[in-house]
Amino acid sequence: MSAQDLVNPKEVIKSHSQEVQKEMITRNYDKITSGTVKVSSTFVPGNLNELLMCFDIANNLPEINAIQNAMRKKTGEMIMEAERSGHSEDVCTYVKADIGMMAKGNIAPNGKPFPDPDVLLLSYTGCFTFLKWFELLREQYKCPTVMLHVPYAADGAPTKNMRDYIVKQLKEDVIPTLEKISGIKFDIDRLRGYLRKSAAAENDLVWMLEQSKRKPSPIDCYFGGVYYMGPIFTAFRGTDEAIEYYKLLRAEIEERIKLGLCAQTPDGDMPEEKYRLVVEGPPNWTNFREFWQMFYEFGAVVVASSYTKVGGVYDYDNFRHDADHPLETLADYCLGVYTNRNLPTRVDMLARNIKEYEADGLLINSIKSCNSFSAGQLVMMREVEKLTGKPGAFIETDLVDPRYFSAANVKNRLESYFQMIDQKRRAGGSATMAA
Amino acid sequence: MRTFIGIDLGSTTTKAVLMDETRTVLGRGITNSRSNYDVAARVSKQEAKISARFTLFNQALGTKGGSDRLLADLERNFRLEQFLSELKQLEETCDIYLDNPRFTDMKTSLKEALSTVFRRIEGEAAGIYAPGADRKSDFFRDIAGSRFMNIAETVAKEAKISFDAMLNIYDKSIIDIESLVSSDEVVSLQLLNGLTRALKEVSGVEVSETDAQNALRKILDIELEETYVVGTGYGRVRLPFPKEHIRSEILCHGMGAHMMFPGTRTVLDIGGQDTKGIQIDENGIVANFQMNDRCAAGCGRYLGYIADEMKIGLHELGPIAMKATKATKINSTCTVFAGAELRDRLALGESRADILAGLHRAIMLRAMSILSRSGGVNDQFTFTGGVAKNESAVNELRKLIKENYGDITINISDESIYTGALGGASFAHRAVN
Repeated sequence: MSAQDLVNPKEVIKSHSQEVQKEMITRNYDKITSGTVKVSSTFVPGNLNELLMCFDIANNLPEINAIQNAMRKKTGEMIMEAERSGHSEDVCTYVKADIGMMAKGNIAPNGKPFPDPDVLLLSYTGCFTFLKWFELLREQYKCPTVMLHVPYAADGAPTKNMRDYIVKQLKEDVIPTLEKISGIKFDIDRLRGYLRKSAAAENDLVWMLEQSKRKPSPIDCYFGGVYYMGPIFTAFRGTDEAIEYYKLLRAEIEERIKLGLCAQTPDGDMPEEKYRLVVEGPPNWTNFREFWQMFYEFGAVVVASSYTKVGGVYDYDNFRHDADHPLETLADYCLGVYTNRNLPTRVDMLARNIKEYEADGLLINSIKSCNSFSAGQLVMMREVEKLTGKPGAFIETDLVDPRYFSAANVKNRLESYFQMIDQKRRAGGSATMAA
Repeated sequence: MRTFIGIDLGSTTTKAVLMDETRTVLGRGITNSRSNYDVAARVSKQEAKISARFTLFNQALGTKGGSDRLLADLERNFRLEQFLSELKQLEETCDIYLDNPRFTDMKTSLKEALSTVFRRIEGEAAGIYAPGADRKSDFFRDIAGSRFMNIAETVAKEAKISFDAMLNIYDKSIIDIESLVSSDEVVSLQLLNGLTRALKEVSGVEVSETDAQNALRKILDIELEETYVVGTGYGRVRLPFPKEHIRSEILCHGMGAHMMFPGTRTVLDIGGQDTKGIQIDENGIVANFQMNDRCAAGCGRYLGYIADEMKIGLHELGPIAMKATKATKINSTCTVFAGAELRDRLALGESRADILAGLHRAIMLRAMSILSRSGGVNDQFTFTGGVAKNESAVNELRKLIKENYGDITINISDESIYTGALGGASFAHRAVN
């Protein structure tokens, strides 16, 4: 990005589905801040949106708030506010952005104040920080907290015991608490209805994910992917709106395929696809566009990413919400979340992605303040390299702390990586010609 | 003749390597990096061409008796010629700045004082470039700057005029001078003048004066065509050539290390502001790399900071540390904290040598961490970058490699500072061959 672009950013080119997605997010914020509905705070990975809908409870996701604030360049101040109140530099920056936002008046991205939540639903999957985060919020809001303990799938696959354990918690603790808070009796058929809708949207979602196997890929499955994942991972899974959204997205992508277009970027369609990457780890949000630009200006497209599996994994073992086993399917969804999988499974997923999507290699964006993602990533990279014969590379940024984005450093490593792929191709090495 | 040039724009210095069609290195050039990378690139390129002409002249002289001495004398005298002409330009530039209205009242006395200073520096020039004279730097800015400071202070006192005003004029002028790149014609003239001086000084050379002059003229007539230029280093995006002529310094260091030592599999490069651990294959192609991220502790600048803290020169750090009887444990990986720790240790009465040995070890511990993250140390191991010139740093590195990886061949080239530029030149050659 030139200095001129930073002063006068060019108009961002957005697709219709992106506009629709933006409207959906705004609508959800309007609902949360309306004061007319009960509100639950809960986390993205393995969230229980369909269950909350059974109690007419709105779904407020603190990570999404942090992301929204980061993209609006507000998290720097929020994080410093949290640090002033005693949170150390090493604490997860989503947490600090959230704490800082509360200290600064708890204003939602739509400009209206967030109401205090009626319940904190801690379905804690793969991230131990979630536990501490809600402890802080409970202290602040003094509201009921219900915890759904999701066992870590340490041996690779979840067991029947784990599933039963979750279902038991849902029956004995989560559902009764939500009934009490909402005053609405739990209706399992209502849940089944929502789950059917979830599955319908999920089918189109998986179709979308797999289109990047094409050459050129019509979509970017990391930077573009975060827009596409929005509705399914937030407050819309189980709704007609989500079904409509994914239908629309599918039609858009079908059109792109027909026209033979490369992935769409904020500066328009990529003219050429030179590198195909699989990316592990969340993106940086404070410099999202600048970060993305570092890829597309070199003709690099991300064909698969683990981050687009962070809410739930659909493609790897073909999971869909199953209306015939409503509580069990919620348990399976929670257990299957990407960060709840052990390292060998994550390695297998990434290596399979590289092979099936014919990628040039694995790029890891290691997040300074996120241990649930970052622990073990170098080992994973080496393993994936061994399994695929494709070169890996490692960059380091942060989620929402602008102080931890060093553009020159990231760019240097990315350029080196792209040239490394070139060299391997010229030397007749393992990297394949993509375009 | 067709030549292939690699330019490495570093944060401290800019280096250029020029090779011929057979990938033989003919010349190397170095200059201090400035805010203006274009100039730094052009100066280093011109210096590499000058050095190439020396190589070609050497080849022309062949094995005739005394030609080594003649060449050494020519180089020395050429540098003297170069110094004198830059000094002249500096004086002329200072004169222009004297026209600034703020100096109106003292213009005459300032002009006189500056003239005195420049005459004295001129007088010292022959001594600066005398055979065997020790120069701490070869950059005009460093040599002229330190002489100017010393002499101007005395002259200002004698003439009872403001030293600050003189300094101010100098500071402005030196920036202009640094932006000048000598043309080929000027360089040719300096070389011919240098040869005339050298022939007067040197004795017992089997080459006649006429033959030597003819040989040099012939070499000056050779056009060093810039067939392909590749740029690398932190300023690479600012280089005045198209994108496809730019390579990442990680790739260039990998390739450069391979060119110097073909058995290389692991490269450690410690430059001014970053530390890189690079794994390469048998063709010099990068297989993996790691580098420091947001923090430059443990890089060349860290040593610069420590030298400043101790009020000693950067080049003195290694030799002092080599006198240590033990390495003081320095825990801090942060440059600023290490400075605080250093003062603390000094206050506790520990020896400077021991503390410095500890600091060098701390740097190398960081480098070892980056290396291990890049895939460890494999045989052979090549250490490059400015810090490879520091014997204490090398000493600590050897110990740590032995402790952690056993017996590994460790390569360090005298020309290690040119590794990135050498890799760049090879890529330039490869681009058209």
